[in-house]
Amino acid sequence: MAIFLQLLFTGLGIGAIYALVALGFVLLIRAASVVNFAQGQFAMVGAYMLVICFNVLGLPYLLSMAISIVLMAVFGVIFAGATYWPLRHRGGLPVIISTIGASIFLENIVLFLYGPSPEVLPGLFDSPGIQVGQVFMDSQYLSILVAAALLVILQYFIFEKTLLGKKLQATSQDKEMASLLGIPVAAMILFTFSYSAMLGGIAGMLVAPVLFVSVGMGGLIALKAFAANIIGGYGSIPGAILGGLALGVAETMGAAYISVPYKDAFAFAMLLMFLMVRPQGLFGEKISEKA
Amino acid sequence: MSVNLASARLWRGFPQAILACFAVVAVAFMLPSDGYYLNILMQAVTYAIAVSGLVVVLGYCGQISIAQAAFFGLGAYGVAIGMVDYHLGFFPAWLCGIGAAGLLGLLLGLGSLRLGGHYLAMVTISFQQILTLFLTNWLEFTHGPDGIRDIPRPRLGPISFEGGHAFLALCLVTLVIVTLAVWRLKTGRLGRAMQAVRDNELAAGTCGINVFATKVIAFGLSAVLGGIGGGLFAGGFQYISPDQFSFGESIVLLTMALLGGVQSPFGSLVGTMLLIILPEWLRFLKQVYLAVYGASVILIMVFLPDGLWGLMLERVRKRAKPILGDVAKLPLLTQTGQESAEFVLVIDGLAKHFGGLKALDGISLAVRKGSVHALIGPNGSGKSTFINVITGLYKPTAGKVTFAGRDITHAPPHERNRAGLARTFQNIRVFRGMTVLENIMVGAERPGNDIAENPALVVERALAALDFVGLRGDAHRDVGALSYGHQRYVEIARALAATPQTLLLDEPAAGLNLTEKHELGELLRRLKGHGLTILIIDHDMKLVEQVADHITVLNFGKRIADGSPRDVLNHPDVIAAYLGEPQEEAGAAS
Repeated sequence: MAIFLQLLFTGLGIGAIYALVALGFVLLIRAASVVNFAQGQFAMVGAYMLVICFNVLGLPYLLSMAISIVLMAVFGVIFAGATYWPLRHRGGLPVIISTIGASIFLENIVLFLYGPSPEVLPGLFDSPGIQVGQVFMDSQYLSILVAAALLVILQYFIFEKTLLGKKLQATSQDKEMASLLGIPVAAMILFTFSYSAMLGGIAGMLVAPVLFVSVGMGGLIALKAFAANIIGGYGSIPGAILGGLALGVAETMGAAYISVPYKDAFAFAMLLMFLMVRPQGLFGEKISEKA
Repeated sequence: MSVNLASARLWRGFPQAILACFAVVAVAFMLPSDGYYLNILMQAVTYAIAVSGLVVVLGYCGQISIAQAAFFGLGAYGVAIGMVDYHLGFFPAWLCGIGAAGLLGLLLGLGSLRLGGHYLAMVTISFQQILTLFLTNWLEFTHGPDGIRDIPRPRLGPISFEGGHAFLALCLVTLVIVTLAVWRLKTGRLGRAMQAVRDNELAAGTCGINVFATKVIAFGLSAVLGGIGGGLFAGGFQYISPDQFSFGESIVLLTMALLGGVQSPFGSLVGTMLLIILPEWLRFLKQVYLAVYGASVILIMVFLPDGLWGLMLERVRKRAKPILGDVAKLPLLTQTGQESAEFVLVIDGLAKHFGGLKALDGISLAVRKGSVHALIGPNGSGKSTFINVITGLYKPTAGKVTFAGRDITHAPPHERNRAGLARTFQNIRVFRGMTVLENIMVGAERPGNDIAENPALVVERALAALDFVGLRGDAHRDVGALSYGHQRYVEIARALAATPQTLLLDEPAAGLNLTEKHELGELLRRLKGHGLTILIIDHDMKLVEQVADHITVLNFGKRIADGSPRDVLNHPDVIAAYLGEPQEEAGAAS
């Protein structure tokens, strides 16, 4: 039981990372109907920004994080300008392909600039963690969970309680109508890209001390975030969060109880299972085209 | 005309392909024996076969697959494991590899293609990663990260493919055959169905195409082509390892297809050759070559949407010759028929709720065979929802739809079309990547249509439908180049070419100007008296009055009137629904 609880804690921690990336993913789907295949690379880029600020420039940790988050916001806008903007009137397929191109580009340009050897980042806190009953709570996993929870709450407030949030929701529901009502649709979409890049970047920075910071870290995270999306229900925000957590737990348990080398296969197995049995996911409204 | 047309089409491309086979074999044997050239060509040719699979799935069918290297790898491992560990011959081992690729492709497709295109993209990426995991970790079966070496080459009777030149010749001939097949696929019935699915899934379904099956077949074919290429790759290099079939390689294959032009196997061939040879010249890029690939994917999407081949075609494009000569009229026009007492379409208590909104709230309606029945009602009265439920695009919440004596309440759209129910759309849904003629051929080819099995007669029928709507001269134009009104005619012609028993017109006059509306009225009048049942939805009272035998009026999801035009249009409830009710408003105000 102790081991089970310990695994549950670790699983939730890693699941929170998937959830954050999945959240950024869903927001883009809803705001701009963009399926962004470079969402995981957002996490990778964010982690490398932290590495540069903290390891290379020697800035304080929290300041490094703050700077990296701001940089990610700018990065999100540049990303939108390159991959989404020129193709926005040509339907979903070209944008998907161009984000795939962007993911390859980002990985390899970082590889070229930084080399293949992984970077190590220290955790947010010096203390290794706290013992709660039979479970040892690693401080970084705790930070991840707390930060993810705060972000989710923050997002809820932005979307539900502010005018900006209303405008964003209006944009995601009907761009034409929104623009007729005087909502600057283009700005809303760019904001969403920016916010989504920040979410991804934060996920990368949080997970960096747990994993190593490497060029390939984003790809796997993105795959699982997408799986989390389908498991939770495509386009559903609570679905993305719950799906991410569920996936993190399932994967951690699977690695512990079944097989370590095939750890990454569990997400895929779950994804396939859901596609076969419940394609609309846990929370899904089925998104169908209007005739 | 039709006989010549048919025989010409049957063997189209064969003479050129046979010539090409001789040419490539000759070239293969004339190459210097230097292993370098042989290797480069071997790689280019086997890759090109795999890339042509992407032409089918992405170019024709519009589904994104990012696992072509995985299927390529399955073919390669089939040959390697089969020959080295199980001592099979090359060809049986090759078949095993192709079979494995095809089977896994079908399974993945069945699991993910019911949903949108990005599901397949993600599932194939996952599959790609998992396969790499298996190839690396399943030591007993795959030999792990070290790969498999000393893969033998085949011997077929007296012919030996053991030498580099001979094996290259085998690869080249396979490439010629594959290219011919993929090229011919595009202009065949299946290829047209794929393109229809790519351009507009909803319309494809209502044209009798089984959308899901078509997508699965396209993806399965692409997996098989990946397997074919991979098997030859294993024989060509005689050594394979998991890293040759990684995610990165899938991206390389995708870039090749996009760069060359994903609409044509010749384009993909150009793209593959370029990207195999270019890196050899641009060796200094080795460090960043994948970054360059990634960036070029974006640049190609932005600046070269049709690839290099598309660009070349645009330069040399010949005006297609118009197809002259008289064709038999639409069978519909040669028969006469009047309204009969029999009901062909019976709707009973039909309801459709979207959450709390009752778009249709228990509607009953019967359409007499051979009549023109109009369904009218103010905006938001549920007319379009009605037609979407009847044609199977929406599932009804309750009620029953009977067509020609058969309960079709739960049938998918393509089966309803096959039963003789054709439709047009309010917001035009033509297949934008195809010509006018091809659009209509898709309609004529619906399974069960009298001429569907004969390609030449399909062309004739499509031309006849074009004659009817007066667009024969535009047959070879891209459908997107036509005016809005003419695109609507294309939809009508597409529906008529399918020889429907009942035609559903969803607001055909919407968006037309006065002249066009007048023309449309004329066209509809010409359709009368031939026994075709028409259910027309429109706002335009003048049009409806001109053509309708019966009118049903909907408001707020309920039927408020039904009967002959004169009775219905004078019905007080109908007037109230359209013009408002003075007393009520006064009452509400006081």
